[in-house]
Amino acid sequence: MRIRSLLRGLLPGGGAVVAGLLVLGVGLTLSGYDGPAALGAMYRGAFGTRDAVLSALLPRAIPLILVGLGIALSFKAGALNIGAEGQFYAGAVVATWVGLALGSWPRLLAVPTVLVAGLAAGSAWAAVPALLRLRFGVLEVISTLLLNFVADAGVSWMVQGPLQESSHNYPQSDPLPLAARLPGLAGTRLHLGLVLAIVLPITLWFLGRRSLPGLQLRATGLNPSAAEVMGGVSTRWVFGVALVGSGALAGLAGATEVSGTTFALFQNLSPGYGFTGIAVALLARLDPLGTVVTGLLFAGLEAGASAMQREAGVPAVAVYMVEATITIVVLLGDVARRRQLALFAGT
Amino acid sequence: MDPELVTSFLAAAVRVATPLLLAALGETVAERGGMINLGIEGAMLAGALGSALGATAGGPWAGAAVAVVAGLGVGVLFSAVAVHARAEPIISGTAVTLGMIGLTGAVYRHAYGPGGVGLSLPTFPVVPLPGLSAIPVLGPALFEQSVLTYAAYLAVPVLSWLLFRTAWGLRLRAAGESAENARAAGVHVTRMRTLGVLVGGGFAGLAGASLVLAQVGTFAERMTAGRGFIAVAIVALGSWRPGRVLLAALFFGAAMALQFLFQSLLLQVPYQLFLMLPYLLTLAVLAGAVGRIRPPADLGRS
Amino acid sequence: MSEGPALELRGIVKRFGAVEALKGVDFTLEAGDIHALLGENGAGKSTLMKVAFGLARPDGGTLRVGGRLQRLPDPVAARRLGIGMVHQHFTSIPAFSGLENVALAAGWAPGRDTVRSRFHQIVQLTGFAIDPDARAEDLSAGLKQRLEVVKALATDARILLLDEPSSVLSPEEADAFLSLIKGLRQHGVSSVLITHKLGEALTVADRVTILRRGAVVYSGPVEGQSHESLAALMLGEAPPTPGDWSPPAAGELRVDVRELALPRLGSSGSGLRGASFSARAGEIVGVAAVEGNGQRELLRALAGLARPTRGSLSVMRPVSFIPEDRSSEGLIADFSLAENLALSQGRAAPWVRRGWMNWGLATERTRELITSFGVRAAGPDAPARSLSGGNQQRLIIAAALERHPRVLVAENPTRGLDLRATTEVHQRLRQAAGHGVTVIVHLSDLDELLALTPRITVLANGVLIDLPSGATREEIGHHLVGGTG
Repeated sequence: MRIRSLLRGLLPGGGAVVAGLLVLGVGLTLSGYDGPAALGAMYRGAFGTRDAVLSALLPRAIPLILVGLGIALSFKAGALNIGAEGQFYAGAVVATWVGLALGSWPRLLAVPTVLVAGLAAGSAWAAVPALLRLRFGVLEVISTLLLNFVADAGVSWMVQGPLQESSHNYPQSDPLPLAARLPGLAGTRLHLGLVLAIVLPITLWFLGRRSLPGLQLRATGLNPSAAEVMGGVSTRWVFGVALVGSGALAGLAGATEVSGTTFALFQNLSPGYGFTGIAVALLARLDPLGTVVTGLLFAGLEAGASAMQREAGVPAVAVYMVEATITIVVLLGDVARRRQLALFAGT
Repeated sequence: MDPELVTSFLAAAVRVATPLLLAALGETVAERGGMINLGIEGAMLAGALGSALGATAGGPWAGAAVAVVAGLGVGVLFSAVAVHARAEPIISGTAVTLGMIGLTGAVYRHAYGPGGVGLSLPTFPVVPLPGLSAIPVLGPALFEQSVLTYAAYLAVPVLSWLLFRTAWGLRLRAAGESAENARAAGVHVTRMRTLGVLVGGGFAGLAGASLVLAQVGTFAERMTAGRGFIAVAIVALGSWRPGRVLLAALFFGAAMALQFLFQSLLLQVPYQLFLMLPYLLTLAVLAGAVGRIRPPADLGRS
Repeated sequence: MSEGPALELRGIVKRFGAVEALKGVDFTLEAGDIHALLGENGAGKSTLMKVAFGLARPDGGTLRVGGRLQRLPDPVAARRLGIGMVHQHFTSIPAFSGLENVALAAGWAPGRDTVRSRFHQIVQLTGFAIDPDARAEDLSAGLKQRLEVVKALATDARILLLDEPSSVLSPEEADAFLSLIKGLRQHGVSSVLITHKLGEALTVADRVTILRRGAVVYSGPVEGQSHESLAALMLGEAPPTPGDWSPPAAGELRVDVRELALPRLGSSGSGLRGASFSARAGEIVGVAAVEGNGQRELLRALAGLARPTRGSLSVMRPVSFIPEDRSSEGLIADFSLAENLALSQGRAAPWVRRGWMNWGLATERTRELITSFGVRAAGPDAPARSLSGGNQQRLIIAAALERHPRVLVAENPTRGLDLRATTEVHQRLRQAAGHGVTVIVHLSDLDELLALTPRITVLANGVLIDLPSGATREEIGHHLVGGTG
């Protein structure tokens, strides 16, 4: 019974992925490319070799999983956080700043401090829309979106101002001192952030399933008035905590990215993690463990896209069509399911 | 300060503001109907590419026409998902935008080759309006612009009239305020919302054309760089009224144009702080104005 | 007006599933009349008017307007026939001005110069003082109600169907409103006035029709009728004999409420204006009230879900609450039965230890409750939405009692249930009282409430009247429909 319900949960997602790849394959073939060959190149680029997995797939998956996990958390509580991009940057900026200052610390202390700093910055960045919503009724959709631009301008200022590298020639920061860098696997781009991207989803999954606050959070997202009347839950509090927590995870993702992958801050550090994260969370049906799978999948798509461009000459950006198709199919599937259930319930 | 410098700054502000204004005006109509459409970023991008393709083939006017059609197409996609199938509008909109980033990127590379560099397009010339452009300082800034800027000016009173003076506008706004009560009054809510989204899509397409054909003169991948999202903010800052949306767009345009001014003055002020200003102000206005100025009540409900 | 009655309904039948809500009802509104339509909740008044306005499709019957046979309309066609309806809840767009709301209803372009003068014409005709530029939401309830009438008149309505227009108004507002409806007669507007309040019918109506359980029990002139005669017709014969239940000897004081008041929670109703009563262990206190008279506010204040603005409130904990709307407040449809139970029990449950859940224990307990409360479900893991309404209510009651409450507050716990399920809910409430729980319950059906308990309080217009135990049905009815003293 468990396996069947698991399958039933995976089926629509699987359908969405197939639909997305089909759109890409057909589109490519119609535009005169060799569709199957392109998809093959994509697969090899993501999963085909040890190097593809360790240096392209997994490093890309780490921020996607963390950001997607955060978005799943906030959506689950009914908070529409579309500002993960800004929260990611807030985390990256503060992590860089702290990392640059901690060159003399032992690595064992410096790295956790850098990560916690990023986490705190992301939380603070998300606390603004949470407060605006709870105190002034400003829709979090609009405020989180606006704060993305503020963060973007902030990063631009930082890399041309206070955090600019010592020679003042390039719009980026100095490289982080070794002490502030996440240890990695020699010869690859894989770093220890992977542990976070595995442990945190498991932790949140466990909290969601096995703790009373987890139950109350799910209740708040599904039906806030019933959560309050029947469950005695303070839904405002839950909403705020989920939004801030979601920012914390995005901020942590920003910190692991500078501390584990780029070792420096620059503009366009994120290739849209905040938005791809929405797709990651949705395809996982907001399940924390699911975000590991879908994060890997989207990382595979994006890593494979570069290979597809190299080998088959297909523009890598085309992969965003796949992501969009997947998201829309999942959304429509959700609507269909809602209607179906409503029909069964017969009001 | 040198009046010539002021004029050139203001002219740049108006030029930068034009695509924002066009997109925001269309989005005002969509949001008045109750649909917040983050897909206009994608519609703008589609319009930008469409205008490049059209202008290559048949000059700037053809480019503008193709851009509007492209924007409408994105509007159709969004309304099919969010209005008709009633999927969550915010996420639908971001997905549509994401898809358009992919589609425009792929089509662009397919059409102009992998590099795609050095694309030079026929553009809309600057047309000084006789008389008005002679006004000192402001005249050249406001009235030595391309025809698309004048179209945006013209759209302000036209849309105001449409929204607030016609029965159609009343029905559209009713659909945005309360779908249920609008239905009780005999309004076809789905139809009104679809029309609102289509107007928004068409304007966003034209906004993309103005970015390409009146501002930059070329196309680049992701060239809208979030301007569609900014338009959504402008609508909020403009409290969903075309006249105020015009002012809000000019304000955003001025903040973005400041970097040119600072560069020409060789000032070492971080222009990014000014770039943040309009967003922070928008947040402050939204926070302080709840109860006074507020979004259409049914906005964003699926 | 052409010859013949303004509106004539013949043999209207309306079924909801197996229930016949209207059993061949005849209704005639003479031109220029105000016709009161009386009956208890569920008697079929609103349904009959919805049929006339095209909001409900009847299973049989005919409609004549001005003597001419018409196809049964939809709301758009009904407007064309000159029928306007003023609903119990406001249907104006809150953010629109009065002028815009009227223009929307009538299909006018708000920019035309003529619109303002047409608005003023109607407003003058009615003598209403409505500011055309004030937002609908800023108007008082009385003015909102008048705006609804102006909207109907703007569509050239000659027949007004008024569905309990005074239920959301203060007594002063209601008086003013009714005299305005009276005034409209001179302009050839005929009205149907649905009401619970006999006083209203007696003062403004020319004729009265009384429905009971979907059938007409009286139709004729108001003249010669009295409060008592109308109440007798409306409520029918003596109530069914209460089941064989004797309340246990009253125990300790559990609820004590003095001069309690709080503003209305929804968008309509009187709010709670003054309630004083007390209840002891083992008592079932029935709260009788017509919709919107403060019962929602009273029950939620007792349950700790709303904060009173005045008065004193002492309720012994734990308190359990059974909300009226099962699907929106009583349970989470997407949760399993076990998850719903766990959510409702909160931190105090035996399966919660320092915030961590022992789901095995919770599931086991759910399974036991499913059995003992007779919930028909696939199991503890079945989603709550898969249950029928009656079984959902069994689950909700089981969860409410699982907290071992000292006080149980129930808001219309039998709404939408069939007879068998209703009886079962009554038994559960009595059982709880038998175990010493203080039960405070509101039922919208007075007969049902009387069958459940002899201890009745009445809420009318936000003021609670605590009746001595064993008050007669007539006495209660008198207070309920706004009688004085």
